[in-house]
Amino acid sequence: MESILGNQVMFIIFSAMIVMFSILTVTSRRILRAATFLLFVLLATAGLYFMLNYQFLAAVQITLYAGGIVVLIIFSILLTSHIDHKFDKVPAQKLIMGVIAAGGGIAISLMTLLSYNFTPSNQQPIDVDMKTIGKSLLSYGDNGYVLPFEVISVLLLAAMIAAIVIAKRKKV
Amino acid sequence: MEFNIYDFTSFTKWIDESLNAAMSPFWVMITEMAIIGVAILAFYALVGLFLVYAERKVCAFMQNRVGPNRVGPFGIFQTIADLLKLLMKELVYIKNADKLLFNIAPFIVITASFLAIAAIPFAKGLHAIDFNIGIFYVVAVSSLGVIGILLAGWSSNSKYSLIGAMRSGAQIVSYELSVGLSLITMVILSGSMQLSTIVEAQANGWFIFTGHIPAIIAFVIYMIAATAETNRGPFDLAEAESELTAGFHTEYSGIRFAFFFLAEYMNMFIVASIAATIFWGGWMPFHVPGWEGFNTVMDYIPPFIWYIGKTAVIIFIMMLFKWTFPRLRIDQLLTLEWKYLLPINLFNVVLMAFIVLMGWHW
Repeated sequence: MESILGNQVMFIIFSAMIVMFSILTVTSRRILRAATFLLFVLLATAGLYFMLNYQFLAAVQITLYAGGIVVLIIFSILLTSHIDHKFDKVPAQKLIMGVIAAGGGIAISLMTLLSYNFTPSNQQPIDVDMKTIGKSLLSYGDNGYVLPFEVISVLLLAAMIAAIVIAKRKKV
Repeated sequence: MEFNIYDFTSFTKWIDESLNAAMSPFWVMITEMAIIGVAILAFYALVGLFLVYAERKVCAFMQNRVGPNRVGPFGIFQTIADLLKLLMKELVYIKNADKLLFNIAPFIVITASFLAIAAIPFAKGLHAIDFNIGIFYVVAVSSLGVIGILLAGWSSNSKYSLIGAMRSGAQIVSYELSVGLSLITMVILSGSMQLSTIVEAQANGWFIFTGHIPAIIAFVIYMIAATAETNRGPFDLAEAESELTAGFHTEYSGIRFAFFFLAEYMNMFIVASIAATIFWGGWMPFHVPGWEGFNTVMDYIPPFIWYIGKTAVIIFIMMLFKWTFPRLRIDQLLTLEWKYLLPINLFNVVLMAFIVLMGWHW
C-alpha cells in the first residue's frame, strides 16, 4: 500500500504541475514566459512516463519536445520579438467563447474517462531495451513499425530538402 | 556490514536494509532520495571548487605563470575564498528585465547538469540511477541546459546577453548532433545503452582499443563536440570577453552568476565522465587479455580511483584545448560542424556497424 501512496503523491504533483502550467501557458501575456511554462508542462509529462517505468518514451519526450521543439520556439522568439512586447488583453467576448470551448473539451474527456470501465492489466511488464525497440521499428510482422518509420523518413527528407531550397541563396 | 572499496554493492545494500528495518517503504524511499541528493550535491560543490582551481593552475602552467599561490599551500583555498566573496556579493536587480525568467534561468541550467550527473557510474555499485537507456537519458537531460542560457540572454534585456545567447543556442543545438552520433557509434559497438552494462562489457579491453578505427574517430569527434557543447574555448564565442563582455551572463551577479559558472564546470565534468565511461571503460581497470599478472596488479587500484583518474585526464585535455587554440568565428564554427564533423560522423556510424556485423571488434 505504501508504494501506492508514493506513486499517488508523485502523480498528484505531476498532474497539478501539468494543469497549472498549461493554464499559465495560455493566459500569460508575455510570449517567452508562455514558452517557458510550456516547457514545464512537457517536462512534467516526461515525469509521468518515468513513473510508468517507460524511460525510453520519457527520454524521447525530453529530447524531442523539451530539448528540441521548445528550443526552436524560444529561438524564433529571440529572433523576432522584443522584451517589452506584451499581448493585448483578450476581449471579453473571445474570452467567454474560449472558456466555453475549453470547458466543453474537459467535459467530453471527463465523461469518456469516467464512463469507461478500466480493468487492471495483469500482463508482465516488458523490459523495453534498445534491441526490442530497434527490432520492432524495422519489423514488418505483428507489432512492427517499418511502414510508419519509412513514411516518416521520406516526409522528413522532403521537409529537409524543402528547407534547404528555401534557405539557399539565389545566384545573382 | 562489510565495507569494500572495490565493490560498493554490499555497502549500499546494507544502507537499504537497515533503513527498511527502521521505517516503512514510503519513508525509506524518501530518505534514500534525500541521501543521494545530499551526497551528489556535496560532490557537485567539491568538484566545482576543485575544477575552478585546476583551471587556473593549468592556465598558469600553459602561460608560464604560477597561478593562485597566496591562500593556503599552493593556493588551494583560493576558490573557497572566491566562493565566500561571491556569496556575500549583492544581487543586482535589472530594472527592465523580465524578473521571473531572469531568476529561474540559472536554476534551469544547474538542474540540467544535476539530472545528468545522477546517471553516471562512479564505481561498482555506486550508481544512483541505472536506466536501460542510460546514455540516451544523459543526452536528453543535458540538452535542457541550453534553454536556461537562452532565457538568461533574453530576459536580461541587454544586447550583449542576447547576442551571446543566440550564439550559444546555435552552437549547442548543432554540436548536440555530433555528440549524439558519436555516442550512437559506441552504442552499436556495445549493443546496449545501459551504462552499467557498457562498463562491464569493457572488462577485457576498453572500447577505444577494441573498437578499432571507428572508435578512435568517434572519440576525437566526441571530444571536439563536447568541448563545443560546454561552451568552452576555443568554442567560447557565447561569452567572448573581447566582444560581448561576458555573453549571456553579463547582467548576472553574486550567487546567480556563480550558478552559471559552476554549471559550466560541472558540464565539463559530466562530458568528461561520459567520455571516460563510454570510451575508456569507466571504473573498469586497465586489462590486457592474457596478461594475468598485470591484470591482477591493475585490479588492486580501486575502481573509484580509476574513474576519477580517467575523468581528470580528459578534463586536463579539455583545459589544454582552451588555452591552446584561438577562438573560432561563428561561421567557422558552423562550417566545422555541418560540413566536416557531421558527414564524417555519419560515415563512421556505417563503418562501425559494418565492423560489428563482420565480428571484427574483439
